[in-house]
Amino acid sequence: MNWSEFFAMGGYALNVWGSYGMAALVLAFNVLAACRRVKSVRRELEETTRLNQAESE
Amino acid sequence: MLFHKYASPKVFYALAGQLIPWFAVATLILLGYGLYQGLFVAPPDYQQGESVRIMFIHVPAAWMSMFVYMVMASAGAIGLIWNMRLADMAATASAPIGASFTLLALVTGSLWGKPMWGTWWAWDARLTSELLLFFLYLGFMALQAAIDEPRRAARAGALLALVGMVNIPVIHFSVQWWNTLHQPASVSSINKIGTPAIHPSMLAPLLIMAVAFTVFFATVLLMRMRAEILHRERHTGWVAELVKP
Amino acid sequence: MATSLVGTVWCVFRRDLLLAVRKPADVATPLVFFAIVVSLFPLGVGPEPAVLRTLAPGVLWVAALLATMLSLSRLFAADYADGTLEQLALSPQPLTALVLAKVLAHWVTTGLPLLLLSPLLAIQLYLPVEAFGSLLLALLLGTPVLSLIGSIGAGLTLGLRGGGVLLSLLVLPLYTPILIFGAGAVTASATGLDPEAYLSLLGAFLAVALGFAPWATAAALRISLD
Repeated sequence: MNWSEFFAMGGYALNVWGSYGMAALVLAFNVLAACRRVKSVRRELEETTRLNQAESE
Repeated sequence: MLFHKYASPKVFYALAGQLIPWFAVATLILLGYGLYQGLFVAPPDYQQGESVRIMFIHVPAAWMSMFVYMVMASAGAIGLIWNMRLADMAATASAPIGASFTLLALVTGSLWGKPMWGTWWAWDARLTSELLLFFLYLGFMALQAAIDEPRRAARAGALLALVGMVNIPVIHFSVQWWNTLHQPASVSSINKIGTPAIHPSMLAPLLIMAVAFTVFFATVLLMRMRAEILHRERHTGWVAELVKP
Repeated sequence: MATSLVGTVWCVFRRDLLLAVRKPADVATPLVFFAIVVSLFPLGVGPEPAVLRTLAPGVLWVAALLATMLSLSRLFAADYADGTLEQLALSPQPLTALVLAKVLAHWVTTGLPLLLLSPLLAIQLYLPVEAFGSLLLALLLGTPVLSLIGSIGAGLTLGLRGGGVLLSLLVLPLYTPILIFGAGAVTASATGLDPEAYLSLLGAFLAVALGFAPWATAAALRISLD
């Protein structure tokens, strides 16, 4: 397996690795955005619970 | 009907929680195998050389952009007709994922086309249709963002998505016509990009990546829906139980 | 007072026309916009007749599209503000028919004037005389479709902040087929080809839009009013 040939992709390195890189970015972004949403909802809920508890004391 | 049980946000939340790890693992396996097939096993193309490997990202991304729109519009329709909140959540959650696949299709389409066209963009039928689809996604997201009241936002978005869905074949057909009209006779290679002869060794990575993207979409959709369920049901007892430290 | 369906539809149509006549600025502004946009192109690309002649069909259509879009917000805005729209929604007559009446009135006060002004602007862009017939026919078939599809967007964005721009974002992608075939018809005539196929398609779009759009707009209005 000639690795330098593999990375060169017959002269199309920018195009091919740019595409696969973009795909990786898109997939990562989707996962991170979803995680961020879950975290922020949880944080908001915990805040509200804490405030309610404080109020009822 | 069997599915009524799953229409309950609480039940769906639990079900989604169980499914997500499996879907995530499946996604990783499929992605790994697809990448292996696409980058190592599939041979370079006679005409396009190694750049044909971009097809294994571009074509599945384009398929996903259409598929997710169908899911979004269908979920919206179900929410509209049967007043199912879960369906509304599915539609809203799908939109950003679909938009990102559309963007991926556009970028990879441009990168794939550069060796052929010599320019970073060309108004060929497929890319132009994808661009318009991207605008349709953005319109859906913008409309929902502009409406504060969740009920109206869900129903308005659903109607817009359905109108969009009806228009997509029309837009696609119109753009095809427009493209053949304006093509000088000599330059027909532009449209060849979308249709290299599909050799079996090319078909495998294509399909595997398509399935990988689909399972990925399901994973992220379930994650987002769980977040939305927690948010919408924040005043109920079962959520309070969950959040208790 | 008319209680039949036709009577009510005519009543709504006439009312909207009367209201437009009392506010001539509402009718004139999109027209002036149309003329201004067309004039921008020679200023932008140069006055060379050969260039403008090639651009003419597209420019005329894009300008007509934009002018129609700008006028869409006034389709329901005034009635929404003073409660008339709710009354229309509550009436025993089907909202779909009443919407059709309003959209037709909108076209008479927007699309029709654009159509009548277009030959003048076409002269400015050196459009060949052979293409004028196609231009008028294409606009005649296409501008009602723009009003019909646009009304769906107007119904969805009722009362929203950033309404006008949001409306444009929603509606412009849906306008592209009309633009392609409308401009295509004019270009075909200008280059000596037969515009029949384009015009037939535009006619088909009109037929489908007449059947489908008022119903979708009525649904959009109910969603926005609830």
